[in-house]
Amino acid sequence: MKLTVNGVAHDVDVEEDMPLLWVLRDELKIDGPKYGCGVAACGACTVHVDGVAVRSCQTFLGDVDGPVTTMEGLGNPDEMHAVQAAWLTHQVAQCGYCQGGQMMQAAELLANNSAPTDEDIDDAMSGNLCRCGTYPRIRAAVKTAAKSLQEG
Amino acid sequence: MGRIGTIARRTFLVGSAALLGGVAFGYYKYKQPEDNPLDDDLADGTAALTPYVLINADGVTLITPRADKGQGAYSVQAALIAEELDVDLDQINVDPGPPSAAYWNTAIAAEGVPFPSTDRGFAAETMRGFMGAVIKLMGMQITGGSTTVPDGFEKLRVAGAVARETLKAAAAEMSGLAVTQLKTERGAVVLPDGKRIPYEALAAKAAEIEPVTDVALRPSTQWKLVGKPMQRVDMVAKSTGTQSYGIDMRMEGMVHAAVRVNPRKGGEVISFDATQAEGMRGVQKVIPVTGGVGVIADNTWRAFQAVDAIEVEWGTAPYPAEQSEHWQALADTIDAGDVDATPRDDGDVDRAGTTVEAEYRAPYLAHAPLEPMNATVLVTDDRVDVWTGNQIPRMTQASVAKMTGMDADDVHVHILMMGGSFGHRLEDEVVKRATELAMAMKGTPVKLTYKREEDTLQDFTRPIAMMRGRGAVADGKVTAMEIKVASPSIMDSQMVERQGFPVPGPDTTITQGLWDQPYAIPNYRVIGYRAPKLGPVSSWRSVGASQNGFFHENFLNALIHEAGADPVEERLRLMTDNPSRKTLEAVAEMSGWGGELAANKARGVAFCLSFGTPCAQVIEITNGEEGITLDKVWVAAEVGKVVDPINFENLVAGGVIWGLGHAINSQITYADGMAEQENFFDFEGLRNNQAPEIFVRGMENRDYVTGVGEPPVPPAAPALAEAIFRATGERPTEMPFGERFGFV
Repeated sequence: MKLTVNGVAHDVDVEEDMPLLWVLRDELKIDGPKYGCGVAACGACTVHVDGVAVRSCQTFLGDVDGPVTTMEGLGNPDEMHAVQAAWLTHQVAQCGYCQGGQMMQAAELLANNSAPTDEDIDDAMSGNLCRCGTYPRIRAAVKTAAKSLQEG
Repeated sequence: MGRIGTIARRTFLVGSAALLGGVAFGYYKYKQPEDNPLDDDLADGTAALTPYVLINADGVTLITPRADKGQGAYSVQAALIAEELDVDLDQINVDPGPPSAAYWNTAIAAEGVPFPSTDRGFAAETMRGFMGAVIKLMGMQITGGSTTVPDGFEKLRVAGAVARETLKAAAAEMSGLAVTQLKTERGAVVLPDGKRIPYEALAAKAAEIEPVTDVALRPSTQWKLVGKPMQRVDMVAKSTGTQSYGIDMRMEGMVHAAVRVNPRKGGEVISFDATQAEGMRGVQKVIPVTGGVGVIADNTWRAFQAVDAIEVEWGTAPYPAEQSEHWQALADTIDAGDVDATPRDDGDVDRAGTTVEAEYRAPYLAHAPLEPMNATVLVTDDRVDVWTGNQIPRMTQASVAKMTGMDADDVHVHILMMGGSFGHRLEDEVVKRATELAMAMKGTPVKLTYKREEDTLQDFTRPIAMMRGRGAVADGKVTAMEIKVASPSIMDSQMVERQGFPVPGPDTTITQGLWDQPYAIPNYRVIGYRAPKLGPVSSWRSVGASQNGFFHENFLNALIHEAGADPVEERLRLMTDNPSRKTLEAVAEMSGWGGELAANKARGVAFCLSFGTPCAQVIEITNGEEGITLDKVWVAAEVGKVVDPINFENLVAGGVIWGLGHAINSQITYADGMAEQENFFDFEGLRNNQAPEIFVRGMENRDYVTGVGEPPVPPAAPALAEAIFRATGERPTEMPFGERFGFV
């Protein structure tokens, strides 16, 4: 099956019902998306399919109908996405395991809503669990990222 | 990481005598320095200047033996070494180091001594020193008990100073200049003419000379890093998705594994049928493991699918099957009067009379770090390698050595970054299961990943606990308070049963956070009761204090209410420890305690001294039509010295959220011998939409340093309980509060 991830086309020979998460991690060796729950309850595996944030642990490969973007495609240490830069500025992470999913979710939010309110942030981000409890900084970082995107 | 393991051979012996901080007892074994574990693998031209600093041509590596599970341990340890070594955090590598007795944790003993942490008198300090000596002899390389900073605060700075002075001595020999003419900055020795010799260039020379161990630590006024905002060394990686964790381990030829172990924890496998699983795509082997079955496959998901396809008949649980029986066992234990310890008995509670009685409960709780348990193990004829994220590398090394029949020296435990722990990674069952699988797959690296469900079902939880309190008030004051608490023993379950490590005497975790609170209540008694074995239990962020903070402070608030006093004022009147009092004054001031509130708003306050750190909190809630909203929390914690204010604030806020989330939303209950909860839809803690705003203040009113990973947890639940009482007229008696009260 054909799959485009972060602009690179792949051909994978796996079951159609294999969740995208495991295709990314175990077949394509792309480790940004994390396994946390397997049932779309934590958001650590969040990636974009055609720009939409999805839980890759509950997205079957056969249902992927557009290009996939992971944290690796959003930005990198030398060229950070505004969301990643804001996460660094606020030093949001503790263990950091959920933060890739948090940032993918935040990037989607900001692509659709350039000035989210606290309520917008809660609505968009509450599917992403952080067991370390970094929520206050996540809210602050989303706002900082929104501002820097607005300023271009 | 892992650089140390690849370096070739011993060339250099250090004397790390200067690292022996703390109380020096007169017996030889304690005073004898441990061998420097870095010496075993050193190449020519490499200097391991103490067990904490490794310098070679590639640069400076700081060894940070306390594991990082998200609390920023690598950063804070590196900063303490760097403070004296004169390197910046952007110039160094960190490596958690091999398992070694040299990395013993002396501070962890402090919670086990029969003196309140505020008692710095001779007897208390001597006892702490003795306990530290015992722990050193056993070489307990443990990350836990909020001890990373207290244990390392002096030790790691001394390590940095020894390394710096030795490098200067090497530079003096090379340049022919006097040491007094040399300075150090940003990873180099600077000569009087401004010429810089990078530490890397001095490594070979430094390896030839005796290390300079007669060093003095810089006064705090000269600190450049400690106390200043820092960027954590892992922050770029964690902000860009490039941080690698144990679960990301990948090796040539590695296979993927999953297990299912009897959810009736400790029960047997009666029979299993793996016919279907064996025929599934990618499945290489089905392997029985202790108490369960495992699958080796070519992909994690295929292993998960296959292990779930195995039909297993499980044996019964070695503990009561139903939750109601667990609660009954606690009540029976108190009723039987079989006392484990009475660590506090001031005045005469029996003669003081009783005006208030209460019974409170705290449930079992899972740790549920977001990264599920995992371990990669490679067994070959002459060695075993283990890659995992855990906090007990020495114990893991010993377990694996025993299982495989290898010498401990041939078991190499490589500690990887952890996606959270909260105490879960003080256990190493996953390594044991992975080792069993790897023994059946000799020569092939096996990565075992727990499914989330397996992680929850197999978790050794926080104990359930039951408290019975009675107390008296008179003339607007609290005059008597007795707390009886029963819970199963963490020490019996975790240390004795699973690690084979005897812990004589009472289990101090049963009354942790109860008996040593700095209050001068004239009649004041705390009694602990050790329940029989129930569900297996372990250390959960803030351990005994997590439930006892709720018990003590919720009951104290009930008594203060009965007395008609103000909960801040009455606590201040009762408090015997000045730094503790200042934390309470701080949150009162920060929150504007006593001011007018809107009709549907209420506040609560609580305090707990745990792990040596006094922590006070005020919470404000709204009791609205759709339920209770957590609005704001003000928190102050006394740690002696805040090493990194940015990380401090994050850890404290996270601890509050941890305490609140479980207090309102979470519990583990047993039915048919199995936990009834298995994933984040039925065990989640707090989510973004429920999280309050949090205002944090670090206090520095003492001359000794304590940790902050756990102390913010215990006051959160009782502060909230008080606010709920003030908002609704009903005092919560049982966690999770969400069972009784509605939350938005």
